[in-house]
Amino acid sequence: MRRTILITKADFDPGAELEALTLPGAGGIASFIGTVRNDNGRLAALHLEHYPGMTERALNNIITEASSRWPLLGCTIIHRVGRLTPGERIVFTAAASAHRQAALAATSFLIDWLKTSAPFWKREDFSDGASQWVEAKDSDEVEKEKWK
Amino acid sequence: MTKLLYFAWLREKLGAAEENITLPTSLATVADLLAWQKTRGQKFAAAFGEKNQVRCAVDQDFATPSTPITSAREIAFFPPVTGG
Repeated sequence: MRRTILITKADFDPGAELEALTLPGAGGIASFIGTVRNDNGRLAALHLEHYPGMTERALNNIITEASSRWPLLGCTIIHRVGRLTPGERIVFTAAASAHRQAALAATSFLIDWLKTSAPFWKREDFSDGASQWVEAKDSDEVEKEKWK
Repeated sequence: MTKLLYFAWLREKLGAAEENITLPTSLATVADLLAWQKTRGQKFAAAFGEKNQVRCAVDQDFATPSTPITSAREIAFFPPVTGG
């Protein structure tokens, strides 16, 4: 199985990533892109921090878990770090399989698990100069549990 | 020596991202270590006093209160993760 894991400050090219998952035998390629939301216009930027070393290890474990559940040909997880402004891409998960069901389910699984099982933290920096660390949501834990 | 790492608001509250330290040999588990951190002065007491808010990884694997730490080389402390 082809594995791609990338932690990057720079933006990425979703088209190129999907092209890379167009593997021999693939009949379905699914993907998810998360972007910086600006709910009320107050947000200047998100600051994304991670734990270098452990992050790559945790994402690798998530891909291993996905590949034990579905017959995957390829998996990609890209997560950006640093300062990101509203509208920018933060995260990309994608999976390729012979059939669409496995690709779609695995893509969803990858993002649900990433939210609760990879060491990333978000801080919201507001336009008035205030900032606050985002608190973990119980609903993310619920989304992960549904895959048990 | 054990390397201790701090992330997100824990790093900000403590004013340090990492330290190298010789831990007391009486500390056997993550729970022991979390209790000990609270005894290291005002900043530590405040940061580690946040009830149920500090998570831990031992040698880059997520840990629980009962995870042993006696042979750990790197232990990280952080709030619940919020990526994605």
